[in-house]
Amino acid sequence: MWKDLLVERRSKETLNALFFFALLLLFVFEFALGPDRERLAGALPGLLWLGFILSGLLGLGRAFVVERENDCWEALLLAPGDKSAIYVGKLAGNLLLMLVVEAMLLALFGVFFNLDIVPALPALGVVILLGTIGFAAIGTLFAAMTTQVRARELLFPVLLLPVQVPLLLATVKATEAVLLGEPLGAVAHWLKLLAAADVLYVAVGVLTFDFVLEG
Amino acid sequence: MAADPLIRVTGLRKTFGKHRVLDGLDVDVHGGEALAVLGANGAGKTTLLKILATLVRPTHGTATVAGYDCAKDAESVRRHVGLVAHGAYVYEDLTALENLTFWTTLAGLHASAAARAGALASVELERFAGERVRTFSAGMKRRLSLARFVLARPRVLLLDEPFAGLDQRAKKWLEEHLASFKSRGGAIVMATHSFGRELGVADRIAILAGGVIALDTPRGALSAEDIQRLYALHTEDAL
Repeated sequence: MWKDLLVERRSKETLNALFFFALLLLFVFEFALGPDRERLAGALPGLLWLGFILSGLLGLGRAFVVERENDCWEALLLAPGDKSAIYVGKLAGNLLLMLVVEAMLLALFGVFFNLDIVPALPALGVVILLGTIGFAAIGTLFAAMTTQVRARELLFPVLLLPVQVPLLLATVKATEAVLLGEPLGAVAHWLKLLAAADVLYVAVGVLTFDFVLEG
Repeated sequence: MAADPLIRVTGLRKTFGKHRVLDGLDVDVHGGEALAVLGANGAGKTTLLKILATLVRPTHGTATVAGYDCAKDAESVRRHVGLVAHGAYVYEDLTALENLTFWTTLAGLHASAAARAGALASVELERFAGERVRTFSAGMKRRLSLARFVLARPRVLLLDEPFAGLDQRAKKWLEEHLASFKSRGGAIVMATHSFGRELGVADRIAILAGGVIALDTPRGALSAEDIQRLYALHTEDAL
């Protein structure tokens, strides 16, 4: 994780690209929805997660690009020891990057659509964290699977999005309730589903990453 | 009785689809010995190195390093092997020292700061320890790649075109480094196209053609011209 964050801090390639992508998305949403506040309120949770998912797809898709340079992928494979440590490091780096982008996107949503999301922030933070862990966990694994494939840009979202459906359903429903001012207890069933999916996806990643790396 | 070879390859076959690259290859390399593998493009030199490094699984036959099977016990083989291939295995946006720290940590080596600095000094990169690799020449990247093995101390070095892109000074440094590695009992397999002074480090020359070792001979007093003549005799790669 230290290596990935250091590389990103110096190159700023992914973060800069994701910031401008998020900005563009918001312009598109703004044009599509117009100034109608009622329509916006109904669509906001979905739009928010659409923004997170699309920017996450871009960020995760680049997670292993740095390993292709100078054949570092081969060197990772040749490193003796438990390969799941590589997965955990990559996951932590991706998670941090996604959370930073999501925080930016959330703030921009508030500004663009003139929304007061501050009162809902603590509860929204829990939903976003749980949703992002699962997304990053399975996304990191699939990014590793597709990084050596020629059609990786196409294959990565095609593989990832169907697996994200349960997470997306739970996060959108929970976000909708939280933005309406309901307490976290009211969406406990969705949060339990998210937590269970997170544990499952992280466990699958840790247990299978060695096989993915070996190809 | 001679000691067991560090590398033993028996009946090695590798096919990619319908294309048979290696076709029953046999070769041994002992500790303290360097084998230079010559061959035309696509002859299977890199495939052989990658099988020995556990990056590619053989279709048939066995390859062992330090007694461990490259296909069945890859994890044990990796503890004894250092591979320097076309890519230098370095991150461009990290400094030389950060690269070394990353790889030693990943390999679980627990090298001290002094040991890492010493490794960089041994490859003459101590002055560039804090510089980003992006600014390095190909030769400097190759040396940084080798610095990992100063700390990891593998018993076998697998080198793919190790002298390519190096200037005369870097070539001389690499020759000395490899000679020192051999003198400590290490085995080297080196794939190369070169017939010049780069072969000076080799104790044996093997010519790979048609998926097998067509010629395996001590380098002895063979001149570059002799090697070129033997190469032309055993391959279809016109000189």
